[in-house]
Parts: sequence; structure tokens; C-alpha cells
Amino acid sequence: MRAEKETHGHYYHSLTRKMVLIISLVSLTPLFLVSAIILYQFRVSYQEKVYDHLGELVQKHTQNIDSFLKEKLADIRFLAETFGFEELGNESFLRDRLETLQRDYGPVFVDLGVVNAQGLQIAYAGPFKLEKALYYDAAWFKKAMKTRFFISDVFLGLRGLPHFIVAIRDNCRGEHWILRATIDFVAFNNLVENIQVGRTGFACIFNGEGEPQTKALLDTMPQKRTYLRFLKRDQDKKNAINVVEAKDDSGKEKIYVSTFLKDGDWMMLFQQDSSDAFSDLRKAIQVTVVILLLGALGIVTTALVLSKRMVSRIARADQDKERMNDQVIQTGKLATVGELAAGIAHEINNPVAIMVEEAGWIGDLLEEEEFRRSENLQEFERALKQIKTQGQRCKQITHKLLSFARKTDPRTQDIQINDLISELVELSAQRAKYAKVVIRTRLKQGLPCLQASPSELQQVLLNLINNALDAMEKTGGVLHLGTRLEGAHFIIEVSDSGPGIPEANIDKIFDPFFTTKPVGKGTGLGLSICYGIIKKMGGEIEVKSTVGEGTTFFIRLPARGKPGGSAKRPGKNDAYQACSGAES
Amino acid sequence: MTNRKKYLTETIRLLLVDDEKGFVDIISKRMSKRNIQVTSALSGTQGIQALRGQDFHVAVLDLKMEDMDGLEVLKIFKKMVPDMPVIMLTGHGSEQAAREGMQFGAFDYLTKPCELDDLILKIHEAVSTGR
Repeated sequence: MRAEKETHGHYYHSLTRKMVLIISLVSLTPLFLVSAIILYQFRVSYQEKVYDHLGELVQKHTQNIDSFLKEKLADIRFLAETFGFEELGNESFLRDRLETLQRDYGPVFVDLGVVNAQGLQIAYAGPFKLEKALYYDAAWFKKAMKTRFFISDVFLGLRGLPHFIVAIRDNCRGEHWILRATIDFVAFNNLVENIQVGRTGFACIFNGEGEPQTKALLDTMPQKRTYLRFLKRDQDKKNAINVVEAKDDSGKEKIYVSTFLKDGDWMMLFQQDSSDAFSDLRKAIQVTVVILLLGALGIVTTALVLSKRMVSRIARADQDKERMNDQVIQTGKLATVGELAAGIAHEINNPVAIMVEEAGWIGDLLEEEEFRRSENLQEFERALKQIKTQGQRCKQITHKLLSFARKTDPRTQDIQINDLISELVELSAQRAKYAKVVIRTRLKQGLPCLQASPSELQQVLLNLINNALDAMEKTGGVLHLGTRLEGAHFIIEVSDSGPGIPEANIDKIFDPFFTTKPVGKGTGLGLSICYGIIKKMGGEIEVKSTVGEGTTFFIRLPARGKPGGSAKRPGKNDAYQACSGAES
Repeated sequence: MTNRKKYLTETIRLLLVDDEKGFVDIISKRMSKRNIQVTSALSGTQGIQALRGQDFHVAVLDLKMEDMDGLEVLKIFKKMVPDMPVIMLTGHGSEQAAREGMQFGAFDYLTKPCELDDLILKIHEAVSTGR
């Protein structure tokens, strides 16, 4: 029994697990798949948008810087072409030009200088003492002499400060000369730094050797190696904007946007931490993931609760089904035994009838004169009486068997259950007195009418009462009869204070032919008949018993109709009249 | 026993139809002691044959026989001799058949096994009122 319960327990646990698993899978799989696809698409679009945005920004900025440089070069060129070597070689004139330039464009031009073909600065206007400086060996001078327009890389030079120059080469009497101007490094730097995006996005410029041309925050400056990598990769795509996401030397994911300026001499490199660039995306993903997780938790919890409820319902339904099966088996057993009993009863009736009649015949013969004088006449008569009595008993047994088997459906009518019980108490009073049993009743007043066959119900109750009296015959005791209403059901209780039914027998008491009474005392059919009748009425009969304390039978019958008042005592033969009559 | 004898002014001719030979024999014997002359038939067919050759005051008919249904025999009896009262014997629990028999004109019914005295009382009743 316990093993069977454990197996059932395992079965329901595994059923719950399966249901939870299936519901969760069916709900969560599409949820996660759809979310993942949407998130992926969103991420890709967002990345593209960020890349495009940064590319555009860098491109514009590069164009700005390029125009700035070209503008400065144009200014110098204008000076060189307008005034010529003689005029500009005059230092005071040069100083005037510098002032004009500084007035017009702010302190972008730091100084101006005129250098002859031998590298000697023949005129200088500016804050440093660079008059007559010799640039013959300077790298910028060598390069500037080779081309008409020149913009140098940033270098320290004679002044020992980072700066760069724009220079124009011109001709005077067959000899080259150079007008050069130093561009304010701070102003240029500000211009480049102007592109700052987010917390970590900034731009810087490198020359072809990987030397920084602007001063950015040193700790965030890309290392030369990084820069060279981009330079090498992009050198054949000089006009393109290249956006790439890569890890820097410290392993941090960064977005790099690079492009060339100054005719491919310099490279503008913009960099931003990916986490910074995509911070909004990350927040959106975080919120989505939290919502997803909460949703998943909700789904799993709901699946768990629903499955548990569902399985407990299934378990209840299974129990009901099992109970129903038991009842069907019990009913089937009763029906089979009933048919058998009917056959046996019919077969036995005839021989018994013959036996009784033969005994009667002997009785008839004993009345003859010759037998009346017999010494054993009295003994004969006693024996014949005994045969008749036992024949009568056989008849009663077969009648009981046939009652049990009878299939006819006795008519039902509205009856007052309390009246029926009161009458049965009266009927049983004499027997109870002999058995030293006190009968007590607790009948709920105002009960509705019961639709049933009075004779059948009487049979059931009388059977239970007789059993109770039999049980208490030796010791005496209390027989309690009670009625009450529980919802839409009547409950009839018949309890005794007898010895009780041992646990081993309690499952068998409704089985046909099961009896604990001595041989010849009981047929074992009474409770079987009760069971059949109560089932036919749509009710249930149950028993609770404790050895040494007593036994209680509960009959549960469906209540129909309206409440009946205290009914009048029915006539002896009209049984239990309709409630409408009883109420009057 | 003496009480019973006062009814016996004339011998009653009784046709007893029952397929239980032992029962028929003993009842015949006991009846004859009570001034009732019993002609026994062990089947419905025998009963019908007996009725063709002889008049009876009353018939006692078992409803449960092997060869013919008692009710069928009753119908034939009633067709052959409508005035003859028929008392039916039925098993306990088969009263429905007996009640049906009443509709076909049977005098009354008794459930088996019955007391001989009850049967004789019923026979006298049938002979005196049914005739």
C-alpha cells in the first residue's frame, strides 16, 4: 500500500516536472529567440548608426583642419606673392604683417620669418630671438626647399617648444627664398581637440612616422604601435574614412576612426571606448535582459503553480476514478452474486418444500390411531416440529437471497426520514430491552423530504440496527441514531458501543456472504443488500470503527424537495406518506 | 385437523401442475387425506392433456416449469375452461409474474414454499367463490 502510494507520488512529481518543463520551454524559447534576434538587429543597427555618426564627425573635422591649414598657407602665400623678398626681408615691415595677421585671425600665427636659399633667416618677426638663425640643416628647410608649399610636422626646433610651420618657396632673382610662419600649437591643438565625444572620445593627429602632431591626454593617447597599424592598413585608402572596433594594448575594446589629411601626410585618428560609445545600447540591453529575466521568472513560477494545481486536480480525479472502479467492481460482484443467489434460492426452495411437506405427511400419518399409541409419539412430534422450524429457516434464508437479487425497482416517494427512524426505534425497542441496549436519537428537525422507497430504506436501517444490537447483545450498550443535513445531502448515522470491527475485516464487510456471526446466525448478505440499495438511491454508505469503542455507519443520501415540518405519524400500512401530507 | 374436515362435504377434484415430481407426489398424498382428489401433471403439456379428458373444480399451477411458461399454460386453461379457478404457485421474488397472471384471470397466487394449510384454504375459497 505504502509502496503504491510512493509510486503514485513519484508519478505525480514527474508529471509536475514535465509540465513545468514543457510550459517553460514552450513559453521561454520563442521569448528568448525573438528577444535575441531583436536585440541582435538593434545592436547591429545601433553600431552602424554610431559608426556612421563618428565617421561623419571625423570627416567634417578633418575637413575643418585641412581648410585651417590651407587657409594659413594661403595667408602666407598671399604675403609672399604680394610683397616679395625685398619688402618682407625688412623686419619692421614683417612685424607689421604679423601684427595684421594676428589682428585678423587671432594669435594663430606665432611668428613670421624670411629664409634665403642658404638657410639663413634674414628677417624675423615674433616673440623669440631667432634673428639670423641658420636653418640650413633643419629637416623642414630641406623639405620646404623642394616644394612650393610646405606644412611641416610638429617639432621642437631651435626654440625648444613643439610647433609646426607653414612655408612658401618663392623666387627672387633666380634664387629661392622661403617665407615661413609658425602656427600656434595651442590654437591648433584646441581645434583638433574640439571633436571630443562622450567621456572618452577624442581625436589626435599623427605624422607618417607615428609621431603625435597634437597634444592629447597622454594616458589615453593611442600608442605608436596602434597608430602604425592603422597607418599601414589604410595607406592605400587615403580618402576613405575607416571605422574599426579593436582592442587596445590594455585589452580594452575601442572604436577607432581614421582618415588622412594634409594630402596623406598626417592621419587623423579618433578613438572612443566602445563601452562609452555604446553606453545607451548597453543600458537598453541591460533593461531588456532584466525584463526578460523577470518575465522568465514569472513564467516559470506560473508554470510551477499551475502545474502543481493541475496535477493535484489530476490526482484527485485519479483517486475518484479508482474509487469509482472499486465501486463498479463491488457492484458487479453484487450483481453476479445476486444472480447466483437467485438461482440457488429457486433450486433450494423445491427440495425444502418437499422436505417440509414430507414431514407434514408424517404428521398426517401420526394422527392415525395406531401411531397415537406409540411410545415415541412425543419424540416424533418434536422431530417433525424441528423439521418444520428448520424448513422455515431455510425459507427465510432463500427469501433473503431473493430479496438481495430482486431487480424490480420499488416505487419511490417523498418520505420524512425522522418519522421512519422513530418507527424503527419503536420496532426495535423490545429487542433492545432484551439486549440491555439503550437507544438514543438525535434527529435534526425540519429536514427536507427524501425521495426514496420507504420499504428499502427501512430494510437498510433495520439491518444496521439489528447488526448493532447483535454486536452489543452480550455486553449491552448504547445505540445512537442521528440525522442531519450536510449541504445537499442527508447524513444518517447509526453507531453502537459494541466491540468494533477489526481492521482486517473493515474492507470486507460490504462483501456478500461475509459474516462474523456464528454459523447459522447470519447470511452475510445484510450489509451487501444495504450497500446495493443505498447505491441505487444515489447515496453512499461508509463505516468507521474502532476496536473496543464501537462502530458507526454513515449513510449519505442526496436531499431533494422542500423542508418538511414535524410529520405526523404515518399509518401502519400506508408507510411513509408524501411530505406534502406530512407537513399539513 | 377437525376444523378442516367441516369443509369436506364433497370431494374436490384438483389438477396440480408442477414439474417437481417429489412435491406433486407428497401434495397428492396429503391432499387425498383432506378429501381432495389430486390429478397430477408434471408439465404444462400434461396439464393441458389432463384437462381435455376430465373436469376439475380447481387447478394449482406452478408458474416456473421447464417445458412451458406457466403464464402460457394459464392462458390455455382459461381458454379451455374459463370457469375453472386457477391458483398459481410462484417463487419468492417473482410475484410480478403472478400479478400478471391475475390479469389473465387467475384466482390468486401463493409463494413457494407455502404452508399446506394455506393452500387448502385457498382451494376451498376458490371452489366456493370461483365456481
